[in-house]
Amino acid sequence: MKAAVIVFPGSNCDRDLAVAFERAGFDVSMVWHKDADLPEGVDIVGVPGGFSYGDYLRCGAIAAQSPIVKAVKAHTDRGGYAMGICNGFQILTETGILPGALLRNAGLKYICRTVGLKVATSDSAFTEGYNAGDVIGIPIAHHDGNYFADGDTVAMLHDQDRVAFTYDQNPNGSIADIAGVLSENRRVLGMMPHPERAADDGHGGTDGVALFRALAGVLTPA
Amino acid sequence: MQEPAITPELIESHGLKPDEYDMILQIIGREPSFTELGIFSAMWNEHCSYKSSKKWLRTLPTSGPQVICGPGENAGVVDIGDGQAVVFKMESHNHPSYIEPYQGAATGVGGILRDVFTMGARPVASMNALSFGEPDHPKTRQLVNGVVEGIGGYGNCFGVPCVGGEVRFHPAYNGNCLVNAFAAGLADSDKIFYSAASGVGMPVVYLGAKTGRDGVGGATMASAEFDDTIEEKRPTVQVGDPFTEKRLMEATLELMQTGAVISIQDMGAAGLTCSAVEMGDKGGLGVRLDLENVPQREDNMTAYEMMLSESQERMLMVLKPELEAEARAVFEKWDLDFAIVGETIAEDRFLIVHNGEVKADLVLSKLSSTAPEYDRPWEPTPQAEELADVPQIDAIDGLRALLASPNYAGKQWVYEQYDTMVMADSARTPGLGAGMVRVHGTDKLLAFTSDVTPRYVRANPIEGGKQAVAEAYRNLTAVGATPLASTDNLNFGNPEKPEIMGQFVGAIKGIGEACAALDMPIVSGNVSLYNETDGQGILPTPTIGAVGLLAHTGDIIGSEVREGHVALLIGETAGHLGQSALLAEVFNREDGDAPQVDLDAEKRNGDFIRANRDFIKACTDLSDGGLIMAAFELAEAAGVGVQLDDAPTEKLFGEDQARYLVACNFDQAEALMIAAGRAGVTIESVGRFTGSSVRIGGSEAALDDLAGTYRESFAAAVA
Repeated sequence: MKAAVIVFPGSNCDRDLAVAFERAGFDVSMVWHKDADLPEGVDIVGVPGGFSYGDYLRCGAIAAQSPIVKAVKAHTDRGGYAMGICNGFQILTETGILPGALLRNAGLKYICRTVGLKVATSDSAFTEGYNAGDVIGIPIAHHDGNYFADGDTVAMLHDQDRVAFTYDQNPNGSIADIAGVLSENRRVLGMMPHPERAADDGHGGTDGVALFRALAGVLTPA
Repeated sequence: MQEPAITPELIESHGLKPDEYDMILQIIGREPSFTELGIFSAMWNEHCSYKSSKKWLRTLPTSGPQVICGPGENAGVVDIGDGQAVVFKMESHNHPSYIEPYQGAATGVGGILRDVFTMGARPVASMNALSFGEPDHPKTRQLVNGVVEGIGGYGNCFGVPCVGGEVRFHPAYNGNCLVNAFAAGLADSDKIFYSAASGVGMPVVYLGAKTGRDGVGGATMASAEFDDTIEEKRPTVQVGDPFTEKRLMEATLELMQTGAVISIQDMGAAGLTCSAVEMGDKGGLGVRLDLENVPQREDNMTAYEMMLSESQERMLMVLKPELEAEARAVFEKWDLDFAIVGETIAEDRFLIVHNGEVKADLVLSKLSSTAPEYDRPWEPTPQAEELADVPQIDAIDGLRALLASPNYAGKQWVYEQYDTMVMADSARTPGLGAGMVRVHGTDKLLAFTSDVTPRYVRANPIEGGKQAVAEAYRNLTAVGATPLASTDNLNFGNPEKPEIMGQFVGAIKGIGEACAALDMPIVSGNVSLYNETDGQGILPTPTIGAVGLLAHTGDIIGSEVREGHVALLIGETAGHLGQSALLAEVFNREDGDAPQVDLDAEKRNGDFIRANRDFIKACTDLSDGGLIMAAFELAEAAGVGVQLDDAPTEKLFGEDQARYLVACNFDQAEALMIAAGRAGVTIESVGRFTGSSVRIGGSEAALDDLAGTYRESFAAAVA
């Protein structure tokens, strides 16, 4: 079971995500943003939080053009698994791998706190360790986490059961309280909250553990 | 380009006094060039030379078996066992933050992070201690918002968790806010990097971002008082780029592993000048720089501008020449500049050449070692006047007044703008006492706190200085940590006034005594003087940043207050109300003396807490607002009410030192009573955690109601 974590020069949750993958039993390779290829046999790609290239432009806009993200796109186009957390979610929307966009928080301020996150569907490799309707405590830490998509897209996401998580109390103005969404084939997850910060009882709680564990279960070779 | 002639006005505008200029003439035996004048002003200003404070700083305790490197380098280094070290320092960015709050505060964070990773340590925790004017002063709101956003903007992008800090308001800061930034990093204790150059003919390498005209003269600006020309000083504030800093950190740490670094120094105040002189001076060598090789962001920069620029995210390094290719490759990987700009030379000489023209030619050792040092006249602070009568007050009314003040309200509005959890090792985030981070990959933890009570220091600099250290000691103790060492960030007014110098001398005496008694040597620090506007000085504010160690996760004293827990008060209560939070917030009075600090009692009671941690379910120290505030904070954090036995105002709100409030079950309380008896520690039961209200005798309010005030009043005052 192999995971790859992409490292941009401004990534700062790369190690945290790698540790969470390792705890769930993955072999993890760190992949540099200038590389044009993913390592052989990668089962899941993690695009971590941080500030990819500084994000002085729209968050994730430059990262979406980087050599490695082209490889990530090829991987997901082939049906490969990927998850983007925080800045990683922003990058996945910038590439068009996931629909929508992340705007500045409605309150215009950066917010770091643990929020109640409602599991909107248990029908994915990421969320099958939860029951739909469960409320879990997961930290957020972002300035631009205000999810936006047009009405048709939001309706489509709901129709296709592709909303993975919603906020119990919307902290940032996200449309329809959306905190995380799935791709059409349900193999790509983007979410603003940080499950890797809640995967260890010494830090931030353990409500994120089930996500990594479920993923490991699905991706374990039979 | 024609350099301006040296005139008395030009000398004055460089912050040099006539007698200091005479010293320059004596040292170099001729009139300095414009660039040389700039270099002297950069090296001799208060900020860089510590000329008013050095004499007194030398009296501080700075050593101990745990200290690997004390003051004098970029940051202090302290052993934490297993071949690991914690590297930390606190530094002010007061003047720039007042002029331009966002960038001033942001670059303050950048500077302190650079100090830490220059030593070879990866930053793992930050804190910041902020002092602002009255909440309704016209500038305060803008300053609070800008400073907090600037700290967040920089630290969040860089990726270091903020684990603690302080925010206070007082009219004495109306014209000068204080921004004190702390950072700590982890390194292997045998892989610490220092600034002393060695070897002749070694390349001097410039690393990081390009040099621009920002911040020219910043250190000199920061060594002067403010007046109504302050707006004109905005160009002396630097602009931060945390993304570049993050890359610079990664590249620097990677570079260090190649073995190519002989010595390294970050470019902070007075940029290229200060870093080059420091490396040469410490290594007993001269330095030659060829400025045309300096990576430049702007066209036609002069030697003067390059030598005094405070552009951020830059480093200077002396390189092992045989490893140049490896070193260059690391910086190319991270897309950062790497330029050989000079070399070390055998002569004691600071030679600055620009396009073949000599711009400065000075005796290097004279620039720092013989910088002026003053024994400024000082007057001891007079004995505080006796405290006038304090009327008794309804306990809940008093508590509510404290909670409604942004000084004592919860600071969520502030710390939720900081990433407190990045690196996924924050075992305790801000909100209640000291913050904690795990030492990654081990069972150890580090605890961090920053403390000072400026009202106490003003009333009684010696006791106030002691109290800042004692409170830091207690905050570390309350989470179960053993205090290791401290850093001091000494913020005062104009040292040329004997009464201000007297505050400084007194505070240093108190800090020194307490650090010695509590075994928390000062390993790094920073002095910020001239915090005055139109002759009005700030409250003396010697912020103490302190670090403690927990050997095992199991040593953590949690904050698990449960229904039915007993509330035990440890330490003696006499009911000291002088200079208390109650007086200031309820009666609008700041009279009386600071509380006396009994350092033996501090040590005894702190050791008692650590020795009996297994019986303690939650613990907090008593400080501002005394017993009632401590009880409220524990109750609020747990969401369980509290009942305190009826007591007079001075017992509930008194700020006697060396005290803790502990929560535990009945059996544990009994064990603690017995242990306290044996240890000669005063302990008394003062109430119980129960229900959903706060009740003191007949005075009662719903916990939710008080907690709402506590959570909302900060934002209401400044957001």
